[in-house]
Amino acid sequence: MIKDYFFLAVGNLKHRGLRSWLTILGIFIGIAAVVSLISLGAGLKTAVTGQFSTLSVDKLTVQNAGTGFGPPGSTVVEKLNEHDLRLVENVKGVDVVVPRLVRVAKVEYNKELKFNFVADIPSNSKQIDIIYSSLNLETENGRLLKESDKGKVVIGKDIVDEFSKNIEVGKKIVIQRTDFEVIGILKPGSSFQINQVILMPTPDLKELLNIEDEIDIIIAQVENKDKIEEVAKSIEEELRKDRNLDIGEEDFSVQTPIEALGTVNTILNIINLIVIGIAAISLLVGGVGIMNTMYTSVLERTREIGIMKAVGAQNKDILLIFLIESGLLGLIGGIIGAGIGLGLAFGASFVANNALGTNILDVAISFPLIISAILFSLVVGIISGTFPAIQASKLSAVDAIRS
Amino acid sequence: MKKQNLQNVIIKLENVGKYYYMGEEGENVVKALDGISIDVEKGDFVAIMGPSGSGKSTGMNLVGSLDLPSFGEIYLDNENISHLTESELAQVRGKKIGFIFQQFNLISNLTAKENVMLPMLFQETPKEQREEEAENLLGLVDLKDRMDHYPNQLSGGQQQRVAIARALANNPEVVLADEPTGNLDSSTGERVLDFLEKLHKQGTTIVMVTHDPNIAKNHAKTIYSIKDGKIEGVSKNINGKWVKHSVN
Ligand SMILES: Nc1ncnc2c1ncn2[C@@H]1O[C@H](COP(=O)(O)OP(=O)(O)OP(=O)(O)O)[C@@H](O)[C@H]1O
Ligand SMILES: [Mg+2]
Repeated sequence: MIKDYFFLAVGNLKHRGLRSWLTILGIFIGIAAVVSLISLGAGLKTAVTGQFSTLSVDKLTVQNAGTGFGPPGSTVVEKLNEHDLRLVENVKGVDVVVPRLVRVAKVEYNKELKFNFVADIPSNSKQIDIIYSSLNLETENGRLLKESDKGKVVIGKDIVDEFSKNIEVGKKIVIQRTDFEVIGILKPGSSFQINQVILMPTPDLKELLNIEDEIDIIIAQVENKDKIEEVAKSIEEELRKDRNLDIGEEDFSVQTPIEALGTVNTILNIINLIVIGIAAISLLVGGVGIMNTMYTSVLERTREIGIMKAVGAQNKDILLIFLIESGLLGLIGGIIGAGIGLGLAFGASFVANNALGTNILDVAISFPLIISAILFSLVVGIISGTFPAIQASKLSAVDAIRS
Repeated sequence: MKKQNLQNVIIKLENVGKYYYMGEEGENVVKALDGISIDVEKGDFVAIMGPSGSGKSTGMNLVGSLDLPSFGEIYLDNENISHLTESELAQVRGKKIGFIFQQFNLISNLTAKENVMLPMLFQETPKEQREEEAENLLGLVDLKDRMDHYPNQLSGGQQQRVAIARALANNPEVVLADEPTGNLDSSTGERVLDFLEKLHKQGTTIVMVTHDPNIAKNHAKTIYSIKDGKIEGVSKNINGKWVKHSVN
């Protein structure tokens, strides 16, 4: 029985062709939005937290304000320098400080020119250890830089095939018109910054880019990781005092890993909320669309309903046929929406990953998400169809045939 | 349900009326049917005649259990159908009545065969049986070769023959035809009437509304004339002669 009603309903939907599709469109936009954004949202979260998981819990960073997560040193603020480094080093609770430079430089290989991040490796074994351990750096080929190295570089995994001819250990590359020997290739890390960086000894980098007394990032390892927040406060205070700034006027920022992660999570959660809000609204609109279509359908098919009643259809039969129709609109909308949503998510991740050159933005396919999106759409369809279906079933057979 | 003991009477109307109350407070009463009594015998071919608005369709709808009377009792096959619920009415008309309408009233997005299968669907007949039955019925009205056509691919006469096949789908006791030839030219109409007569000869009771006195005289065995919701006269064809009966 239900199977036959199902075929009747499918026939009716087909009969109204374009209008059925437009109604389905109304619902699948909402579903596609939810599915794509939530799939990407999960991927985004993994990507972003992945970036931060490489920061160790006992290290905090001081950098020039406004530079965010991008390459520092590009904004015009009072830059960090040797003096600040000593200041931070002397704050109570700070164990070791490491000054770091991260810049963009022209890189030439095989007569091709690219721009890449270049970061320095200090000439102090304790500082080197801190950097290597905190970033989990290991080589895939060759070796890491030592304090005594000069004119040598280690490159990130993504740089290897950035040029049309792959770079190998032992090859020479030209950075800012100076030759460097590649002595190591890093293992791919969870952070795209690591995969895209060229590491070179600090003196080389300073000479290459004419850097005198500048520091982009100060990494401070604390003595007790439980006190890291307090130490961060003290550093902030000291720097403010030194620079004669009031609270809120800082042109630098001190970040602890937990803080950074927290901020990012909050932002991601807000984005998720907005996405869900928009999706809810568009699903509501889609539901109203289904309701509208079904009401129109009841009006248009009043006569047909009368005929069905005249040949023996009971109210419950009519009710069922209409509910199956509206449910189908929702279900098909849900399935197409989920498909398109996943497609969009994969598309966006493909574009993002291609642009950044790493698999940073993965799509997390969640079957519970897909199933519940489709079921939800089905439920929206059925609920939207309920009132029109009741109206259809309650039509008086005589009046319906007369119409 | 009250049972009547009239063996040969298939439709019985006892002082049946249908009033419509119009206007804001129902102050205007339209007496579509105003107390009529009729006995239709099993196997009869009844024609109902009367001017427009006289209550013919209203009467048909009551007999066909599409509607309930304002007063009076209606018996169909000895079962009182004047006080049934909506779903009981649906069951009665599904099982015992076959409708044929002036406007054919086929469902446009179903094929001829599917239209004929529809009444059986609501009686939960298994699919294979529905298909077989529908094909037989379409064969009966000479439309077997058109069974996969949609109504808009058929002529008016063909559509009405599909409607006849559909009316016969659940092997009904009574076929009700409300001006079945009203939308057809006379020769096409004759073809449709021939099929109705064929049914009559097979023993099906037929009640047909018509405007045309010749159609009534040529095909029916009993003619009722109604006017303003009341029976005006009854004539019966007895051995080829029309005899007027008194109105009780
Ligand atoms: N639902 C309704 N509401 C109000 N009045 C109605 C309704 N149905 C029928 N009537 C009235 O009842 C009267 C009888 O109508 P009915 O349709 O039975 O006439 P008829 O004899 O079939 O006429 P026709 O030959 O034109 O089809 C008419 O006056 C009509 O206006
Ligand atoms: Mg009429």
